[in-house]
Amino acid sequence: MAAIEILALEKTYMVGFWRKRPKRALHPLNLTVEDGEIFGFLGPNGAGKTTTLKILMGLVFPTAGSARILGRDWSDPEVKAQIGFLPEQPYFYDYLTAHELLDYYGQLSGVPAKERKRRVEEMLSRVGLQDVKGVQLRKFSKGMLQRVGIAQSILHDPKLVFLDEPMSGLDPLGRRDVRDLIEQLKQEGKTVFFSTHILSDAESLCDRVAIIHKGELRGVGAVEDLTSAVQGKIEVIWQGTQIPSSMKALGAECYVSGETVRAALPENQQDAAIDALRRERIRLIAITPLRTSLETYFVEKLQHSQTTAGKTS
Amino acid sequence: MTSRRRTTIVATACLLASTAMSAMLLHNIDRLRPHAAIEDVLYVDSPKVLKRASLGFDGLMACIYWTRTVQYFGHRHFEHSESYNELAPLLEITTALDPKLYPPYQFGASFLAPAPPNGAGQPDRAIQLMNFGIAHNPDNWQMYQNLGFIYYTELRNYQKASEAFERGSRIPGAHPFMKIMAAQMAEHGGDYTTARMLWTATYDASHDSDIRRNALEHLRAIAVDETVISLQNAVTRFGERTGRLPSGMDELASAEHFPGIPTDPDGNPYQLTARGLVVLARPDDFPFVTKGLPPGYKPSALPKFHVKD
Amino acid sequence: MNSRIAHIATNTFREAVRDRVLYNLIAFALLLSAAAILIGQISIDVERLVVVNLGLTAVSLFGVVIAIFIGIGLVSKEIEKRTLYTVLSRPVRRWEFIVGKFFGLAGTLVVNTFFMGIGVFGALLYVAHRFHASDALILVALYFIVLEFFIICSLSLLFSSFSTPMLSAVFAFSLFVIGSFADDLRGFAAISHGLTHWVATAVAYLVPNFSALNVISAVAHQQALSPQLILQNTLYAAFYTVMALSGAVLIFERRNLK
Repeated sequence: MAAIEILALEKTYMVGFWRKRPKRALHPLNLTVEDGEIFGFLGPNGAGKTTTLKILMGLVFPTAGSARILGRDWSDPEVKAQIGFLPEQPYFYDYLTAHELLDYYGQLSGVPAKERKRRVEEMLSRVGLQDVKGVQLRKFSKGMLQRVGIAQSILHDPKLVFLDEPMSGLDPLGRRDVRDLIEQLKQEGKTVFFSTHILSDAESLCDRVAIIHKGELRGVGAVEDLTSAVQGKIEVIWQGTQIPSSMKALGAECYVSGETVRAALPENQQDAAIDALRRERIRLIAITPLRTSLETYFVEKLQHSQTTAGKTS
Repeated sequence: MTSRRRTTIVATACLLASTAMSAMLLHNIDRLRPHAAIEDVLYVDSPKVLKRASLGFDGLMACIYWTRTVQYFGHRHFEHSESYNELAPLLEITTALDPKLYPPYQFGASFLAPAPPNGAGQPDRAIQLMNFGIAHNPDNWQMYQNLGFIYYTELRNYQKASEAFERGSRIPGAHPFMKIMAAQMAEHGGDYTTARMLWTATYDASHDSDIRRNALEHLRAIAVDETVISLQNAVTRFGERTGRLPSGMDELASAEHFPGIPTDPDGNPYQLTARGLVVLARPDDFPFVTKGLPPGYKPSALPKFHVKD
Repeated sequence: MNSRIAHIATNTFREAVRDRVLYNLIAFALLLSAAAILIGQISIDVERLVVVNLGLTAVSLFGVVIAIFIGIGLVSKEIEKRTLYTVLSRPVRRWEFIVGKFFGLAGTLVVNTFFMGIGVFGALLYVAHRFHASDALILVALYFIVLEFFIICSLSLLFSSFSTPMLSAVFAFSLFVIGSFADDLRGFAAISHGLTHWVATAVAYLVPNFSALNVISAVAHQQALSPQLILQNTLYAAFYTVMALSGAVLIFERRNLK
């Protein structure tokens, strides 16, 4: 069963002083997210990522189309017991302590009292906030609030977790923690749907991604497929700034960067390249398959949409 | 049915039902509180205190008190009340808050002086109120008209009434009729003509329906009084001519060559008693008449504001 | 469902209690009760009158201010600051949210009135040296004031469901003032004609009838209050509150939260 099925979901806002001008936030969107996968929802700012999420959460009502979450209609209140949500730049009741907030949210999610106590403690330590659980949230830093946000999204052990820019505001250590957490969630059998505009995160974590731009879906697919070695090339990196003529003869494209040289070669030249370097006594640093990065794919898709921008509103 | 639709239906039903119930209860509560409008007056009858409590919004409060006064009077009227004790304080408060508001003075002139059930029965306070109005509105000749009106109608002090009209006539822009009334009252105080002139002037000068109805009733009464007097004289003449009383109004009418049977302003024929008295068919319809009342007639205690449309 | 409403109500109560604005206002109101004693001593024989009048008026006015500002703050602020997103992503119905907020707010005001009422009774004891049987009427006046608060809370929620905090406060306060002159509005409607009459009547019946709930003068003069009036006022306040909350629910259910 698909975790999320979005069918022709549309959202048009009426803007302008008299609210007469339509502004399309979301063109008919069709998307499916499978059970147990980490799905990345990518796009530049204002692309429609947050709008889509809000519609799925029932915060904003779609102009047309429908969505099913865990087999039920999005508007079904019971489905909310099984999903968790972390909004972008979350803000919580700042007069409550972290402990009180999680307890309150646990109550609202219907977690029974005894279990709630245990889970709150568990969550607090999982996100590393057990030392400040008695401190009022008004004193929390952005990073700490983000952690609270994550804690409240998984507190009630939901099957499906929605994260909107989960890494925002976190330092590198925090980002790594979140990444680890997301992977743990997957291992626990949960489905994770997260939106971001930071591609490297998506590339390293996601099974599948979708790219959205100006309210329209530009591309969907498994990360591997999208970035697979299209041209069958490899990249060779060696020490020094010297470029042996034999390398050039193999058809390498070389690029000097600092004290190293990077060269792109066809895959079948791998052995010849190694020999060339050994002959010249040049120190080999690395050989890796050359993949199209997600960024390239992303930019390409966006550029494509720019050229057809005349058609889209 | 989605839960959202269910919520909408329940909420809409609640909204409509509770709105209806609220309005209904409000209506009931209103009836439980007949003194609501004048509560303040019952407990705080000092205009000064209320003025201070108005926090400078005197004009607005004056309007509010004026509205309350009118409602108060109409309410008690409707309930055939016997007293209007709160009318004077209400008018005093209204005028204290805004001395230049004219309608309260006019209202006070018509209804503070006459005895219950037509008014509050407090002519002294009425005079006081008019003098207050004159002091604050020296250029308003109509204030003098109101003052003279009180002296004339309730206190029957034709001298003072004439003086009031005289003073008023001297104000630039005063209606010429002020001077006429001054003279009229000085010389023919008790005449029906004078009374008719005054009541007609009162009727014309006001837009207030209570005041106009009151004036109209007085005019009707004057018409009846005059007619009854002339009819009574006709009966006397008949008696002197024939040595007996007419058998009925029709005999009198033909003997005196009246165009038809004389009728009162409502169209009901005057009647002749066995003793030769001219009486009204329905005296209750004519409050304020002094003639043409059947012997032993006791006026009902109802306020006398009846005018057949 | 019921437990969620109770949880939201409890949380709302907790929030109100921790809001420092509340304490400032209560302190001010108590100060005013104390001032009443002072003013009463200036004019002898009317001490009791002044204490009751001024004390109850302070409770009423400050309570309304609290009801409006905290009430609006609680909902509008929540919508503006997006604390609502994480709440509504849980199995909480939007109408439960509104109802829960109402009970939390109403509860806050009841507790608040209780403490301020103690202040009034304290001042009264001080000037009168003992309680009289007629002082029980003050409890009725306080009860009516609490009913006023319920109405104001529901109106605050109604306006917050679609308007900005500033405008909501203005609307709610305006309705409080107009509602205090509801009698006069109905009087005006009664003596006007034509279209004005119908419009004025409609408005007069929709506006909350605070003039009927304001029995401060009567109680100060130890006038008895009929049980009928108490019953009808209670029912009126209940129905009016339901009306305003139904409106709030209907609007809030439909609102796109940006």
